[in-house]
Amino acid sequence: MDLRFTDEEVAFREEVRAFLRENLPDDMRKVVADGRLPSKEQLRSWTRVLKAKGWAVPHWPAAYGGTGWDPMKQYIFLEEMQKYPAPQPLALGVNMVGPVIYTFGNKEQKDFFLPRIIGLDDWWCQGFSEPGAGSDLASLKTKAVRDGDHYIVNGQKTWTSVAQHADWMFCLVRTDPEARKQEGISFLLIDMQTPGIDVRPIVTIEGEREVNEVFLTDVRVPVTNLVGEEGKGWNYAKFLLGNERTNLARVGASKQRIARIRDIAAKEMVDGKPLIEDHRFREKLASIEIELKALEITQLRVIAADMRRGNTGKPDPASSILKLKGTELQQTTTRLLMEVVGPHAMPCIADGEALGGEPVGPDYAAHAAPLYFNYRKLSIFGGTNEIQKNIIAKAVLGL
Amino acid sequence: MDFSLTEEQSILKDTLGRLLGDHCSFEARRAHLESAQGWSQPMWARYAGLGLMALPFPEATGGDGGSSVETMIVMEALGEKLALEPYLTTVVLGGGFVRLGGDSRQREELIPAISEGLLKIAFAHTERHSRYDLSHVETSAQRDGDGYVLSGAKGIVIHGDSADKIFVTARTSGNPRSREGIGLFLVDVNAEGVSRRSYRLHDGLGAADLTLDKVKVPASAVFGDPGSAMPIIQHVVDIGIAALAAESVGVMSAMQALTLDYLKTRQQFGMPIGSFQALQHKAVDMYVAIEQARSMALYAAMMAEEADEKERARAMHAVKAEIGRSGRLVGETAIQLHGGVGMTMEFAIGHYFKRMTMIDVMFGDSDHHLRSLGKLGGLLDVA
Ligand SMILES: Cc1cc2nc3c(=O)[nH]c(=O)nc-3n(C[C@H](O)[C@H](O)[C@H](O)COP(=O)(O)OP(=O)(O)OC[C@H]3O[C@@H](n4cnc5c(N)ncnc54)[C@H](O)[C@@H]3O)c2cc1C
Repeated sequence: MDLRFTDEEVAFREEVRAFLRENLPDDMRKVVADGRLPSKEQLRSWTRVLKAKGWAVPHWPAAYGGTGWDPMKQYIFLEEMQKYPAPQPLALGVNMVGPVIYTFGNKEQKDFFLPRIIGLDDWWCQGFSEPGAGSDLASLKTKAVRDGDHYIVNGQKTWTSVAQHADWMFCLVRTDPEARKQEGISFLLIDMQTPGIDVRPIVTIEGEREVNEVFLTDVRVPVTNLVGEEGKGWNYAKFLLGNERTNLARVGASKQRIARIRDIAAKEMVDGKPLIEDHRFREKLASIEIELKALEITQLRVIAADMRRGNTGKPDPASSILKLKGTELQQTTTRLLMEVVGPHAMPCIADGEALGGEPVGPDYAAHAAPLYFNYRKLSIFGGTNEIQKNIIAKAVLGL
Repeated sequence: MDFSLTEEQSILKDTLGRLLGDHCSFEARRAHLESAQGWSQPMWARYAGLGLMALPFPEATGGDGGSSVETMIVMEALGEKLALEPYLTTVVLGGGFVRLGGDSRQREELIPAISEGLLKIAFAHTERHSRYDLSHVETSAQRDGDGYVLSGAKGIVIHGDSADKIFVTARTSGNPRSREGIGLFLVDVNAEGVSRRSYRLHDGLGAADLTLDKVKVPASAVFGDPGSAMPIIQHVVDIGIAALAAESVGVMSAMQALTLDYLKTRQQFGMPIGSFQALQHKAVDMYVAIEQARSMALYAAMMAEEADEKERARAMHAVKAEIGRSGRLVGETAIQLHGGVGMTMEFAIGHYFKRMTMIDVMFGDSDHHLRSLGKLGGLLDVA
C-alpha cells in the first residue's frame, strides 16, 4: 500500500498548473471562482485552447482524441482545473453525449460529431426529463413515430439546461408505445434548428436562466440520427447517467471554495479579530475539511481500483457514494461561503447593474447567496440523492 | 400556564388571516413585488385600517395597548403570506424606538403618524465592518449647537429605499467597538447630505445603502441618551428578533403546507411521492423542526419585554439560533422534496426558502447567536 503520488504524477500536476497560469485569462478565472457559468464565447475560446494543447477530452479513448492518460492522471488534471479554478469543457458534450456516441454510435456519427464536440463547435443539451418523468425517467412520453427516413417527434422536455445556447439535443423518446416501459425508449440526436422546436426559459431561484422547457411539435429527425438500436435507448441513458454521476463529486471545486472561504474569513472581523482566528469557526471549517479529505481518498480508491482492473467500465461499489457525498459537501461549502460573508450577502444585485454610489459591502459578497440557492440543484439533478440512496441500498447493500 | 389566545387575539388572527387570504395570494404578491416600490400601498392602508400600526403603543399615547403576543400574531400571519410591506421596520422597530426611546414630545408627534400608516421608518445599523455586532459603530455624531452632525455609511438598510425617516446609530464618543458612546438619531431621508443607493435583497424586499455626509439633525431627532443609547437599541433589536421568530413560524408553516400538498399530489412510479417512506420521514423532520421553532417564538414573545437585559439577551440568542437552524432544515428539505420545481421562481416554495435564508442573516445568523449565548454561559440555569 502506498498513498503517495508517484514522482511522475507530481511533475504532471505541476505541468497542469503552469499551463493554467499561462493560458487562462483572469476574467474567466473570476467567473468560475464566483460560481457563475462562463458565457458561450468564453467557454468556446477556452475549449479551443485546451484542444490546441490536446487536452480537451483527456478521458476519451486515444483513437477519438483522448490523451491516453491513466485514470489517476485524468483525476489530477480535473482536480487542478477545479482548484485553479478553470472552466471545464461543456460536460453535456464531452462527458455525456460524447462517450455515448463513441461507444454506441456508428462510424458516420463518430466522424461527424466527435471532432465537433472536442472543439465545442456544437453546443449540446440533454432532453431527458419531462414534466411527468423526473425520478421516474422511464415513464417519459415524448414519442417518435417512424415516417420513411424520418422520425416525427412530439412531446415536451423540461429542465433542459442551457438549451437556449444549444445546437443539438440528445433526447430520449418513446419509439414503441406497446413495449415495457424501459424497452420502448430510443436515443435520438436532434438538430435544434429543426422546425417545430420551441425553447422557453425557466428562471431558477437565484434569478438566472439556466434551464428551459423544450416543446417539440412534429419535429422531423432523420433516422440516421438514431444512436445504436431502436428500443435500446434506456441502456445508453443508464451508461450516460453513470458517467454524469461520478463527475458530480467535484472534490477540487470544494477545495477551491474552502480556500476562498479561508480568504474571506481572514478579512471579516469578529470581536476585533479576523473570523479565521475564531475557534468556533475553525472547528466548523475543520469538520468540513475532514469530510472532504475522506471523500478525496474514497475517490482515489475508486480510481486506483479502476486502474488495477484495467478500467472495465464496471465501477467500484464505493463510486456510488461519490455523487451523494460530493454534492452534500458542495452544498455545505456554499452555505458556509454565504455565512462567512455575513450581512453583506443579503443584497441581490445583478452583474453590471448600476445603482450609483459605492456599495457598503465588500466585492466578494455578491455571488455568495445566489450560489447557495443555485446549488440546491446538486442534490436534485443527475438523479436525486434520494434515488441515489435507493440505488445504493439495493445494489450495494443488497436490501 | 396558558398558551391559548384571548378572544380579541383570536379575532385579530382571523381577521388578518382573511385579509391576507383575500389580497395577498401568490399572484397578487408577485405583482406587488414587481412594482417599482416592491410592496403594496393598498395593503399598507388595509393594515392601518385594521389597527395593526397602532397595536404596540400604550393606550395612553393613542395606541392599542397590545403586547408582544399581538405582534407575534401579526408577524406570523405576514410570514405565512410573505407579505412585503414594511411592518417590521416601521411598527416593530421604528415604533419600538419611539416607545422605548422617545420623550413625550417625540411620542406625541410620531405615534399618531405611525398608527395611521402615514410614516414609514427604517433602521440603519450595519456598516462595512460591523458584521452582526450592534456596538460596532464607526458612523460619527459630532455635537453641533443643540443638535448633531452625522457622517458615515450604513449598508443593507431594510426598506430604507422607501422609508420617510431612518433611525441611525452613530458614535458620539469612544472607540469603534465600544458599547458606550453610541447615540440614536432619527434622520429624515430628504435632509441635506443624505444619499441612498437602493436595491432589492434576495427575498425581494427593498433596501438601501445610506451615505451621511455631514447631515445636521436637530435636538428633537435625538432618541434617548446620545452618549449611551445602547440599552434602547438592544431592547428594540430583541423585540425585532422576537418578531422575526414569529414571522419564521409563518414562513415555515407555509413551506410545510406547500410541501405536504406536493407530496400528496406529485406522482412518480405510479404513486404519490408522499407514499415513499424516505420522504415521509423527511416531512416529519420538518414538522418537528417547526414545532421547536414555534415554541421558541412563544418563548421570545414572553421574553421580549423582560427588563433584565442579560436574561433577555440569553433568551433572544437562543431563539435566533433555533429559528436559524430550524429554518435551514425546513427550507432545504422543502426544496429537495419538490425536486426541480422547487428550484424555480414560478413556484412559491423557493420564495419562502429565500425569505427564510435572509431571516437567518438579519440581526445575526445562528452561529453568531450560538457564539454569543456561549459567551454568556449558555441558556439553562443549572442549580
Ligand atoms: C438546475 C437543474 C438542471 C437540470 N438540467 C437537466 C437537463 O439538462 N436535462 C434533463 O433531462 N434534466 C435536467 N434536470 C432535471 C433533473 O434531472 C430532475 O429534476 C430530477 O431527475 C428529479 O426529477 P423531478 O424534478 O421531476 O422530481 P421528482 O422526481 O418529482 O422528485 C420529487 C421528490 O421526490 C423524491 N422521490 C421521487 N421518487 C422517489 C423514490 N422512489 N423514493 C424516494 N424519493 C423519491 C425525489 O428525490 C424528490 O425529493 C435538471 C434539474 C435542475 C434542478
